[in-house]
Amino acid sequence: MEGTHMATQIKPDRGMVEVNQEECKGCGLCVDVCTPKALQLSTGLNRYGYHPAEYAGHGCNGCGLCFYACPEPGAITVYKRTLAEPVAA
Amino acid sequence: MSEFSVLQQKAESFYPNYGRKAELQHQTHYCPGCGHGIISKLLARAIDELGIQDRTILVNPVGCSVFGYYYFDVGNIQSAHGRAPAVATAAKRARPHSVVVSYQGDGDLAAIGTAEILHAANRGEPITVIFVNNAIYGMTGGQLAPTTPVGAKSTTTPYGRSIFNEGYPLHVCETLASLEAPVYLERVAIGNIKGILQAGKAIRRGLENQVNGLGFSLIEVLSPCPTIWKTTPQDAQKRIREELSKIYPVGVFRDLTGDRGARPAALPAPTLNELPALLELDAAHTFETPDRRPTQAVDWRIKVAGFGGQGVLMLGEVLAEAGLAAGLDVSWLPSYGPEMRSGTSNCHVRLATHAIDSPLISRPNVLLALNEPSLRKFVHTVEPGGWVLYNADTLPPDCRRDDVNFVTDSFTKIADGIGDTRVGNIVMLGALMEAAHLVGDEQVDAALAHTVKSARWLEFDRKALVAGKLAARRIVQGVVQ
Ligand SMILES: Cc1ncc(C[n+]2csc(CCOP(=O)(O)OP(=O)(O)O)c2C)c(N)n1
Ligand code: SF4
Ligand code: SF4
Ligand code: SF4
Repeated sequence: MEGTHMATQIKPDRGMVEVNQEECKGCGLCVDVCTPKALQLSTGLNRYGYHPAEYAGHGCNGCGLCFYACPEPGAITVYKRTLAEPVAA
Repeated sequence: MSEFSVLQQKAESFYPNYGRKAELQHQTHYCPGCGHGIISKLLARAIDELGIQDRTILVNPVGCSVFGYYYFDVGNIQSAHGRAPAVATAAKRARPHSVVVSYQGDGDLAAIGTAEILHAANRGEPITVIFVNNAIYGMTGGQLAPTTPVGAKSTTTPYGRSIFNEGYPLHVCETLASLEAPVYLERVAIGNIKGILQAGKAIRRGLENQVNGLGFSLIEVLSPCPTIWKTTPQDAQKRIREELSKIYPVGVFRDLTGDRGARPAALPAPTLNELPALLELDAAHTFETPDRRPTQAVDWRIKVAGFGGQGVLMLGEVLAEAGLAAGLDVSWLPSYGPEMRSGTSNCHVRLATHAIDSPLISRPNVLLALNEPSLRKFVHTVEPGGWVLYNADTLPPDCRRDDVNFVTDSFTKIADGIGDTRVGNIVMLGALMEAAHLVGDEQVDAALAHTVKSARWLEFDRKALVAGKLAARRIVQGVVQ
């Protein structure tokens, strides 16, 4: 997977995002605010019965906007890439 | 993952998890898409950034905002509905170095709390108010708020808000901007990410103003309530942009932060020893009260019940005064109910060697039942081993218990013998003292002398007390464990 992904993408993603499934209420506000469409609502349910948001696995530019759009204190953690180039595999 | 570092994560000012319920320790109580969650995050972020977590006091009144103390790891006070600005005023004056935040909804601030916010603003109290305007009462299920748009239906305006019935939407920022004292007033709208980021800046400024010792700041946030508005989180934000922002334009309504210097902090309250001179009392007057609490722990939880006119409340008062004289912590809680003028009345008295948490007595260890309905109502609530004094010669069979101590006599008849039916309550008090020795005789006498102003009545009451004691000595009824 990683290989094909890398092959089609010249620049590595500048960011990454994690969604805490325990905390997400599936409101979708983070999905709407993410212009690169790196977030989506899961088709599955979390244990409270919400469709939680999930990271598509690539495409995050580290803008951090989803963090502010989300009403839950710790549902979203945004990371930014610290190294200019990905570490060689 | 070593190539990534954290850009945004849960603010330090939030607890890692919330003790609100055994379950759901990672979730707030807010509905999906609720503006309260977004605003709380912005507030927590600003507290983190300014490094003021250990000196922030958050005041949350009633409404969906109420549970701040479960989420924010700062000083917390929960206030009565609408009263947060008054409570915040007190907190700020008592602790001028604290950063005090009053976090209020629109039902709270603009309806029941109109007086408090207006006067806090007019005094220029150096606090920061976060005003969450979702144009409805959220927590209680959608009643009209003063901020509800004209024509909008709510559970209390089923035909829509009419200007003739409910008046016009109240513009809080504009109203407060007519006052001289406020330093900073801004309205923001969290209808999209731009508005959210602007709200973050405004909230931070509101806190900074306080850190800098300036005066009153209020940030009004137009905030979605998807649940009560019966829309999706997305459409709720759209309503903020397309409807509410038109009625309530965003912007800065007052900014005197550059013009006004720091406001003098509240003067510290005078010490106790300075008070006599201030009150023009005898200079030798002292407020120091020695701790006279008895060493043996007690917690008397007394329920006095009867019909109006039997002296129920007064009996309770004398008991409380006697407890005070004995150096105990006391509480006296009258319970009038709708029968205040006739029918039954009762009061709750607690005398304890420790600080009293609740003045409400639901499990008494002493019941003073001045009539039969009161006995029936409360006899089964008495703690095993407790005392029941009943104002009649015999106990109704269905009120018998073998795990409490009964003292039954017609105390009222004894009072008749002394010369006035009305001292029946004090006869009962005498019997109680003889039977259970709650406090010493001198203390009861001192309490009577304090409570009863007329010398003639005091005389009657002293006789009644003695008669009650004698009666209790005669009575051997019921069971002593
Ligand atoms: C003295 C008092 N009156 C009424 C209530 C009932 N009550 C609870 S929340 C609420 C309305 C709160 O509305 P708002 O301030 O708009 O906050 P929201 O829930 O919308 O965030 C009311 C009237 C109460 N708890 N206390
Ligand atoms: S940080 Fe920006 S790009 Fe990344 S997921 Fe969040 S909104 Fe999308
Ligand atoms: S905004 Fe937050 S709560 Fe809503 S779907 Fe995204 S992660 Fe979940
Ligand atoms: S009822 Fe409205 S204000 Fe209250 S938590 Fe739900 S969305 Fe938020």
